[in-house]
Amino acid sequence: MDLENQKRIKDLTEEHNPEDIVVLLGAAEGEASGIAAETVTNGDPTFAGPLTGVSLGLNVYHVCEEEVKADYDPEVYEEQVSMMEMVLDIDEIAEEMKAIREEFSKYSA
Amino acid sequence: MNSVMKGAGYILVHTPDMIMHNGTTQTTERIVNPDSDYLKQIKSHLRPYDRVCAYYPNQTYIGNITPFELAKVEGPWQDLEAPTDDRYGLFGEIMPQDEFYLLIQAADEFELVYLDKDFVAGTLPKLAEDPIITEYILKRIREGVDQERLKKMVEEEGAEGLYKDDHLVGAVRRAHDIDPNLSAHVMIENLVSKASSVLALLYAVKNAGISPEDVEYTIDCSEEACGDMNQRGGGNFGKATAEIAGLTHSTGSDVRGFCAAPAHAVMVAASLVKAGTFKTVAVTAGGSTAKLGMNGKDHVKKGLPILEDCLGGFAVIISENDGKNPEINVENVGWHAVGTGSSPQNVIASLVTQPLAKAGLKVTDIDYYSPEMQNPDITKPAGAGNVPEANMKMIGALAVKEGDLERRDLAAFVEKHGLPGFAPTQGHIPSGVPLMGHARESMLKGEVNRVMIVGKGSLFLGRITNLFDGVSFIMEPNKGESAASSVSSDEIRKLIAESLRDFASGLLESR
Repeated sequence: MDLENQKRIKDLTEEHNPEDIVVLLGAAEGEASGIAAETVTNGDPTFAGPLTGVSLGLNVYHVCEEEVKADYDPEVYEEQVSMMEMVLDIDEIAEEMKAIREEFSKYSA
Repeated sequence: MNSVMKGAGYILVHTPDMIMHNGTTQTTERIVNPDSDYLKQIKSHLRPYDRVCAYYPNQTYIGNITPFELAKVEGPWQDLEAPTDDRYGLFGEIMPQDEFYLLIQAADEFELVYLDKDFVAGTLPKLAEDPIITEYILKRIREGVDQERLKKMVEEEGAEGLYKDDHLVGAVRRAHDIDPNLSAHVMIENLVSKASSVLALLYAVKNAGISPEDVEYTIDCSEEACGDMNQRGGGNFGKATAEIAGLTHSTGSDVRGFCAAPAHAVMVAASLVKAGTFKTVAVTAGGSTAKLGMNGKDHVKKGLPILEDCLGGFAVIISENDGKNPEINVENVGWHAVGTGSSPQNVIASLVTQPLAKAGLKVTDIDYYSPEMQNPDITKPAGAGNVPEANMKMIGALAVKEGDLERRDLAAFVEKHGLPGFAPTQGHIPSGVPLMGHARESMLKGEVNRVMIVGKGSLFLGRITNLFDGVSFIMEPNKGESAASSVSSDEIRKLIAESLRDFASGLLESR
């Protein structure tokens, strides 16, 4: 994950209650989603950014996962995300995200 | 009348030592984690020059293999042997590192680049054999200094070293004692960009069949910035590059826009020529040392060679219509506007379906799309997927949403209208323009009808805006009108004025 984004997420967790924060990802495939999700839960697996060795355990979803889809305004979802639903391998992404949440997230429902 | 693309130059420079010394992934690791396993493993993952030359995507980039042929070879390609391993190709060459160090010195106007004298003596004859290298460039290379002098520069005076097989063979000095914009680090990045741009520009001029004096304007579209503490991005790599390439009648400027810059620059060049401001404009860009080995950690972890071991450069020549070369259609360009929004469907609509609708075309009327042509051998192991394929899926998916394509035809559309990525991940280099050379060749042979070049850029990386950016244009075969054969607008105005006068005098007479 981009080093600046790691810093911004880390700062947000210091400003707000980490339990109330949900990180939404838009990565294009499973592995990249998994790395980003791992970064905000267990810490930066590439040992490059501010979240290296920092286990925030945040709640994290990909925007195309069923768990969060119901929360969007359907019109906004249609306009912003529906095309990408045709393009992305959503099953692969969802599987990767679920595995990371189960292993590292401290707050997932 | 549209302007035409007269020729292109595409070059690579194999820079194995620069991966370690100048690539930001490695230089960052050396600061943060100097004893890391990754740094210890790099050397055993470097490819020798002959493997780099025998690599399918590299041979495609310099023009010896077409992307249409590459599409028939199933990847990953890193373990395969291409049918040719020529240094020279239809569009350019793969220059080895040692010769390129001499070219860096030739690009230096301020005596910042010093080379070991034995190294110069051994390498200069090799560079002199390169047919594209001019006498002017060879004369700019100095005799060299001894090792002790180089060591002192690097160890005591803050110079950046140039290495060959880990041996110090050169140094790039800082251009100011305290100004960070003129530090040795910045100067080496800028001189590398300039030198590789010169090489690409020399090929573009030769391949266009024009003389260097014909170029009147040179636009650089790389991702570096040159200037000092009072004007950090002061610029004009364009004119600086034209000088070394011997384009004595050219002025120039720089166009910036992250990875989208080359598409912006071609659009600007084609418009300048169409407007009649200049007859011939060159668009050129050199490579970026910072991105060498950018995804090296992932490649090493997966047992692959470090595939980001080459700098890339490209240049194209845009001229007034000659009735023969492919046209750049500047009347139906696509652009991502401030208000477009950042969702993928808004982006693709602004860059692809909207300009096509304006031109009265459907998504399937474009033979091939050239979005971001990153080599998937590099991006897939790094978790970024197959970038050109993902772009094609997005274009197809939008066509489905807009009713131009059946959902069941989506995969076939991607297969038929997309091409494999073959460009090094040098930021601006893969973005749309790698196909222009091949597209020109195929259009001249009558094999391809329309190609859309799409450049996209991540402006947010500069932290000055959160916006995304992109522009697109269509290349199409020449309609057969040339600037020389047609009547100019001035002449038309004159003819109309004359006939109005005749008409008016006729009226007076009849009264």
